[in-house]
Amino acid sequence: MSLRKYSVLAAIVLLGACGDVCLSRGMKDVGSVSLSNWTELFRSLLTPWVVLGVILLIGFMSSYLTALSWADLTFVLPSTAVGYILMALLARFFLHENVTPKRWIGIALITVGVGFVTGGPSRTSPEPLDCRNPGADPAGDTA
Amino acid sequence: MKMVYTWVAIALLCLASTAGDILISAAMKQIGDLQELRRQRGLLHVIRRVLTSGKLLLGVGFMTLGFFSLLFALSWADVSLVGPASASLTFLTNAVAARIFLKERVDRRRWAAAVCVALGVALLAT
Repeated sequence: MSLRKYSVLAAIVLLGACGDVCLSRGMKDVGSVSLSNWTELFRSLLTPWVVLGVILLIGFMSSYLTALSWADLTFVLPSTAVGYILMALLARFFLHENVTPKRWIGIALITVGVGFVTGGPSRTSPEPLDCRNPGADPAGDTA
Repeated sequence: MKMVYTWVAIALLCLASTAGDILISAAMKQIGDLQELRRQRGLLHVIRRVLTSGKLLLGVGFMTLGFFSLLFALSWADVSLVGPASASLTFLTNAVAARIFLKERVDRRRWAAAVCVALGVALLAT
């Protein structure tokens, strides 16, 4: 894997974790939403923190799409799980949520688990027919 | 009641994002290496290529459903529970779905990862 590919994975981790934390910060301002006032969810889209979270998650999405274009789904998801540690740290120090020892162990286990896959190959499914020949795809160039 | 709301939202989030991930991954595998494509044909071509993919748009639809479930869950519980719990449950369902629908070779190493993740989730939930 090239440095460029590692930086795409790093972007997924950073943007995903920061985006989720911003959403969480915003939803704390909105308060608990129950089924009887579920339309509150749409109002929450106007909260600055939620807006910032959405912007970060759009960045996350484009890095995610880029990674999926050259790696397996079962490679990308676990290899970016370092984000859980980052998210727990942000939740602890930025949101002042109480992260109990049990949750820390859970987060550590998840990370150990996902460490297994990163040593393996990033792509196991068959190469797409049009991978090296983008002009051959009928969907791409009709417009 | 709070726990019920939280876990229903997490389950919904899990199902929606599995469907979304599988569809999006299938779409990107079809399109090919985006960085390569951008070097050859330019960024606009890549954006047009991605946005005109039907599978991708359907996948994004499921992701949107997942996003609202996430907001719903976050209004009831902490991000350090909701985030890892939903994402790692999704990791398990994704491993199964990727094997079935995307024909990825989910080997022993990847299954071992899935088991560790499942244990981690169990700890997060208690």
